[in-house]
Amino acid sequence: MKHEPIRIGEADTRLHMVVIGNGMAGCRAVEELLARDPTRYRITIVGAEHHVNYNRIMLSPVLAGEKTFDEIVINDHDWYADNGITLLAGDPVIAIDRAARTVTTRGGITMDYDRLLIATGSDPFIIPVPGRDLPGVIGFRDMNDVGAMLAAAEKGGRAVVIGGGLLGLEAAHGLALRGMTVTVLHLMPTLLERQLDEAAAWLLRTALEARGQTILTGADTAAILGDAHVTGVQLKDGTELPADLVVMAVGIRPSVALARDAGLDVGRGIKVDDHMVTSDPNVLAVGECVEHDGQVYGLVAPLWDMCRALADGLVEQPSGYRPAPTATKLKVAGLDVFSAGDFSGGDGAEDIVLRDASRGIYKRVVVRADRIVGAVLYGDTADGNWYFDLLKKGEDIAAIRDALIFGQAFASGGGQADPKAAVAALSDGAEICGCNGVSKGKVLACIDGGAHSLDAVRSGCKASASCGSCTGIVESLLALRLGGEVETGPKTMCKCTSFGHDDVRREIVAQGMRAIPEVMQKLHWSTPDGCSSCRPALNYYLLCALPGEYVDDQQSRFVNERLHANIQKDGTYSVVPRMWGGLTSPKELRAIADVVEKFNAPMVKVTGGQRLDIFGIRKEDLPAVWADLNAAGMVSGHAYGKSLRTVKTCVGSEWCRFGTQDSTGLGVKIERATWGSWMPHKFKIAVSGCPRNCAEATIKDFGIVCVDSGYELHVGGNGGIKVRATDLLCKVATEAEAIEMCAAFIQLYREEARYLERTAPWIERVGLAYLQSRLLPDAEARAALAGRFFYSQRFSQDDPWAQRVAGAEREHHAPMARFQPQEELA
Amino acid sequence: MIGEWLDIGRVDEIPLRGSRTVQVAGGDDIAVFRTGESQVFALLDRCPHKHGRLSQGIVHGGAVACPLHNWRISLSTGEALGEDRGCTPVVPVKVTAGRVLICRASTLKAAA
Repeated sequence: MKHEPIRIGEADTRLHMVVIGNGMAGCRAVEELLARDPTRYRITIVGAEHHVNYNRIMLSPVLAGEKTFDEIVINDHDWYADNGITLLAGDPVIAIDRAARTVTTRGGITMDYDRLLIATGSDPFIIPVPGRDLPGVIGFRDMNDVGAMLAAAEKGGRAVVIGGGLLGLEAAHGLALRGMTVTVLHLMPTLLERQLDEAAAWLLRTALEARGQTILTGADTAAILGDAHVTGVQLKDGTELPADLVVMAVGIRPSVALARDAGLDVGRGIKVDDHMVTSDPNVLAVGECVEHDGQVYGLVAPLWDMCRALADGLVEQPSGYRPAPTATKLKVAGLDVFSAGDFSGGDGAEDIVLRDASRGIYKRVVVRADRIVGAVLYGDTADGNWYFDLLKKGEDIAAIRDALIFGQAFASGGGQADPKAAVAALSDGAEICGCNGVSKGKVLACIDGGAHSLDAVRSGCKASASCGSCTGIVESLLALRLGGEVETGPKTMCKCTSFGHDDVRREIVAQGMRAIPEVMQKLHWSTPDGCSSCRPALNYYLLCALPGEYVDDQQSRFVNERLHANIQKDGTYSVVPRMWGGLTSPKELRAIADVVEKFNAPMVKVTGGQRLDIFGIRKEDLPAVWADLNAAGMVSGHAYGKSLRTVKTCVGSEWCRFGTQDSTGLGVKIERATWGSWMPHKFKIAVSGCPRNCAEATIKDFGIVCVDSGYELHVGGNGGIKVRATDLLCKVATEAEAIEMCAAFIQLYREEARYLERTAPWIERVGLAYLQSRLLPDAEARAALAGRFFYSQRFSQDDPWAQRVAGAEREHHAPMARFQPQEELA
Repeated sequence: MIGEWLDIGRVDEIPLRGSRTVQVAGGDDIAVFRTGESQVFALLDRCPHKHGRLSQGIVHGGAVACPLHNWRISLSTGEALGEDRGCTPVVPVKVTAGRVLICRASTLKAAA
């Protein structure tokens, strides 16, 4: 199949550079070249994948559902167009003819080149065992693999990940988040053995196991089982593990086939000199496919250095690539890990170790002849860059050795733990962003050039734009340079954290966090156990995220929710039994009257929500009061909670001459469906039987106004300091639709509003149109929201009063001891 | 039983990050707190601000937030933290062999 060479841009007399590979290294090399001389070459990029250039490091967050593909695109189509680059995507090069200086694609296109750049990257290493070609066995290298994993996870079932290195653990984490039961097989005795020492690897393993993954080390795969599709994995010791999906992530090999076929010098990778030139002076190579001075590379930082050296060579200002020590700063499945240099120990190596088991922190710095030669950090990686900086410069640390392990802020004197001071002390050459190779000096230059927010810095110099682990440092630099001028995002939750409510919630879900201490540990809370602002919020967020699984933390509840009654200024409580839709009966009224007399309650009052409130009950008497009310069939009215309070109704069509629908009956149904649910704040509902609106439905969080043809549904109203009338959400025809919409709206509020944000400010913040877009057009999405609400209700409609009467948490009511001074003195 | 200290119960009867009370006839209750790190403190159960029951507040670090207006009171000194000013009497307390003991003299004073 010989084709005439296609000549793209015939009239263009510039040198033609063809880049094989549309990945991170190939495109970065082109970017570096364009930055030096945007017009010297006419550029064509040929890629095997159908996509534009994306950030391969970020495939894990896509798999985990934390990012979309669009968010990890590095260069969109406009970039190619704006720079006059021709992109051939989805059509891989299959042959290079060096004599004719042409390349040919699988689609049959042949083009000539003046300079050829090979950036084919690497291939996943597939271990040579029987069954390796079965459907359901994949690598973890590109978007196609992610697509295959997502499709498999849809069906659920079991996944076996072969390889406990970085990629394998990321794949396992993503699949576990997607609901699969995951087993990781690792040949070596400890996970991530190239990045972590044994102690840190053990901490990581324990943390992963605590999240439900099964980790088998020393596990040697013998065969992959199955006929038409993979069904399991067999180990050499005979163990068989069932599997619906097998991910091979045992390592990568430079992709060299094309170069070898073309007769280029190839060892483990394509051999290049310091300027990334291969054995053919017209052919260059860069990235994971190359071998430089006997070394091949898989981390991103050295690739960026190679791209710089390559571009310098192409514009005839050769600088030359020099391998530098590399550091790895990673988030493995949400856990912070850092390592740099040589931490294998050995003669003359001295270890300085700090452990803080309660916080899950491990730090180890390896010193030889008063110089840092390696470091491993687990749990707290804030000082990683500082150690790495000292390591690269080979600085003598004898003077600060005693304090070295406590980190920069401490060791540099003063013992101040101010992160800004630590960042201020870094040299201008210190690397801030390992992913994109951005130094402190470059970040500061970017800020001085007008980038006054985190987003602006990210788009300006790319610092913290990839994996995001250096975000905190970049923020400190912004604060350092601009003082109060930093343009910030939403406010933080409280002084215990630098995260806002939305960030915390997103991370709780994304990382599958299950307990308050875990959230505080992972999100670096600055206090040991939070404060009275963040604890109730975290308790609610976890409760909402894990219905039926999360164990409510009573000590993180305000007193009213802990004692299921309202504290009054004199320390007594008021008690409000539930009256469904505001209806009551002689039996209930008698029971309430009896309680008032029996416990000498000084006052009974009708509330605004159509209930009776009994005042002046002592904490010790609460269980007895509840027992009497329970006996008459009444349950907690939740008048004390960030929860569904009351459904207020008018008498409707059953009695009223104007009533259009059975508002009382609908109110009772809705209250039966929604009572007991915990919310970001108190939540009130009303149902009015006609537009005269006697139940005041238009100042409720959810209000229904019945009309002849159906039900108008209103949202986001409240009385209070600042009255807000509701917005009309929509109109529906039937009771069933009204109840579903009510449930869906409540669930959206539960999942997305911030703790202590009522529906009125929430709607002002996100807009009615947003709510309508989530609740109206897509019946399936609405049903899913309502479904999640009803699912969580299964676990919350247990009368808390009855539980206490039965003896649960008695300690909340009874004093620990009583003391009679008279007796003592007698 | 006459002694310098009153035995009020086992330390694990107080929830972590929680509190129990000791009723003193004719006086204010005493609130006995246990922090997240299982340290035990005792204060008069009375916020210096509007006399809220500190025993009903949220315990965090070495402080308790009053349930009425969220004043933060130091468990070790009884003093209001932050911008607020005021002080609640501290009752000496110790834990011996898993038992919580409070100071008899201070307890009598609370009753006075």
